Amino acid sequence: MSRIAINGVSMSSLRRSQDVRRLGAWVLGALILAVMTGPSGTTTSPTAGFTGSLLHPRVLGYLAFGLVMWALSTARVRSRDRVHSATRGVQQLREKLLGDNRVRHGTYLVLLVLAILVPTQLNSFWQEVLVDQIGVFVLLAVGLNVVVGYAGLLDLGYIAFYAIGAYSAAYWTGALPVHPVFHLNPFYVIPLAILAAVVAGVILGVPTLRLRGDYLAIVTLGFGEIISIVATNLSSVTGGAQGIIGIPHFSVHLSSFHYQWGLSNLPYYYLLLGFVVIVLVAFRSLENSRVGRALAAIREDEVAAEASGVGVLKYKVMAFAIGASTSGFAGLLFASKISFVAPGDFTVQLSILILVLVTFGGMGSLPGAVLGAAVLQWAPEYLRNHPILGFQQQDLYIYLGALLVVMMIFRPSGIWPSRRRRRELALAEEGVGTADAMSGSSDPAAGPG
Amino acid sequence: MSLLALQAVEVSYGSIRALKAVSLEVQEGEIVTLLGANGAGKTTTLRTISGLLVPRPGKVIFDGADIQGVAPHEIVGLGIGHVPEGRRIFPRMTVVENLEMGAYRRRGNLGPDLDRVFGLFPVLLERRKQLGGTLSGGEQQMLAIGRALMGQPRVLLLDEPSMGLAPLIVAQIFGIIKEIRQSGTTVLLVEQNAAQALSVADRGYVLETGEIVMSDRAEVLLHDDRVRAAYLGEGAA
Ligand SMILES: Nc1ncnc2c1ncn2[C@@H]1O[C@H](COP(=O)(O)OP(=O)(O)OP(=O)(O)O)[C@@H](O)[C@H]1O
Ligand SMILES: [Mg+2]
Repeated sequence: MSRIAINGVSMSSLRRSQDVRRLGAWVLGALILAVMTGPSGTTTSPTAGFTGSLLHPRVLGYLAFGLVMWALSTARVRSRDRVHSATRGVQQLREKLLGDNRVRHGTYLVLLVLAILVPTQLNSFWQEVLVDQIGVFVLLAVGLNVVVGYAGLLDLGYIAFYAIGAYSAAYWTGALPVHPVFHLNPFYVIPLAILAAVVAGVILGVPTLRLRGDYLAIVTLGFGEIISIVATNLSSVTGGAQGIIGIPHFSVHLSSFHYQWGLSNLPYYYLLLGFVVIVLVAFRSLENSRVGRALAAIREDEVAAEASGVGVLKYKVMAFAIGASTSGFAGLLFASKISFVAPGDFTVQLSILILVLVTFGGMGSLPGAVLGAAVLQWAPEYLRNHPILGFQQQDLYIYLGALLVVMMIFRPSGIWPSRRRRRELALAEEGVGTADAMSGSSDPAAGPG
Repeated sequence: MSLLALQAVEVSYGSIRALKAVSLEVQEGEIVTLLGANGAGKTTTLRTISGLLVPRPGKVIFDGADIQGVAPHEIVGLGIGHVPEGRRIFPRMTVVENLEMGAYRRRGNLGPDLDRVFGLFPVLLERRKQLGGTLSGGEQQMLAIGRALMGQPRVLLLDEPSMGLAPLIVAQIFGIIKEIRQSGTTVLLVEQNAAQALSVADRGYVLETGEIVMSDRAEVLLHDDRVRAAYLGEGAA
């Protein structure tokens, strides 16, 4: 009896000290966020950064946020099992509904109809956001999802392929200082832009993907930099830092039928929607195909996949090239839409942003990638017009970082996790295997020779 | 002619020579065991056969053809199944998905093969929807063997199937290895558990620091003083 009581006491005091530590962490995090997003100091008033944030009423908002997060996380730790069974119920319901093909296809149909009808009711600002911020990034996220989510490859130079697509558009339509033999309508550039991105992807992928996962991240990071530096400095070919204008819009000329896309957003929206739907259908069937199973096996254990007869290198290169081509395609589309391309659009930050969209949505999950991109690209635009707690656009990445940290605590599998990913996390909680999508379990001895 | 042969195979990891002029043969329908202490080079030998490592110099001959330079996943297609050390099942795939991965290079109906594996390992049938990572060690070993069998190998390479398992399970697995051979699959069995391995094998090789130091029929090795001293835990006579 007495022993149990002693254990009880020590257990609860242990818990209390953990709660206090967690409180400290959240409050500190909130204060750091307040300072980082507050005004910055100047030479005339060097302390403005602190007086304007910590000694300003807005700090209360951040403190309240920290306390709420503390309460939530503590409640979660305390009732981990209860929360588990509750979310499991929701998940089972979801599984049951989505498991029924008719329900699922019906849902997709309703969503498609909404995606067609709703934009007509929006004002032109939101229509533009829908194309430039959301549509293009949905396409990008869905493509990166194949690389990171399906194959588990960390690609930090994803945006470089977007640049390749955009400059392909500029080249083949005759907008660059160097001219092609014949000028093409952007529609006909699609296969050429995709080809260019795939070729670049394969050239980069074949040597790097033989090596362990970490190398790919570094090489792609470098590749992204190289592409943007070349675009900036090779002015005689690329037009240099100020970019290239005059990339023509898409147009259709079929005997007597002529249509030209232009400055208005809706036609581009529908063009993009059409492409996104095609890509989604293609990737969904990829996921369920032999290739999809091979990629899943590679992600779990490269050596075991190879020993099961999966040509690991081939499939990794394939996944990498599929991502590259999607990115290149998005670049072509966007360059033609805004008639403009400049090296400044292809920063590493953008590659990271797309990775964040995918992670937030749920790695390896198509609906997750779409949802993640839509929500995270919509939110800053909304906040720009309705600044809460003094939201400033330049602080975006700080908030995104904070959001990701919070996500990783409460819902590490993303807002709409893939079935596989949910399994991984469930196993990781039981201490089996890693839940880290990036950790290819390849060992150094695995490479031939 | 032997089904599988290594001819004077040398393998190095950087400057470390792990195999020195290793030659061995496996006839069709045999169970051959490769014994050796930790670090002797047993795993290295198997990885060389399945193409994960390349011998320099030396040859690996399978079914009369030199398979040096053939990619590992293609070697699987030729009919060499590898059950790697430490099992390496796919932890987040179900038992059935794991088995299906084993038949990745084949098309067509997997039903008869699944039935064969479930016949050998009834426990896998019971657990067919369970995730691989949640199986017990013994079940994982059975799954790893089953997965390799799904590729319809002509020769099965087993790397220490008894590792970390209770004696009862080990006995069960060795019983199944005999059944596998009876159904026509040749077996190359790497083991430290010499007594068990020699009791099911037809012939055996003993590997010491990268060299074959002995080779003979299993019962001869089982009664050899040096083997008894080194691998059966008996004091030298
Ligand atoms: N990737 C590697 N890099 C460097 N040396 C290695 C590597 N893999 C194995 N070795 C070395 O090669 C030798 C043979 O190793 P191997 O794994 O083949 O032994 P083993 O007989 O399978 O041993 P065990 O019974 O412990 O599994 C050892 O000395 C080991 O340290
Ligand atoms: Mg070994």
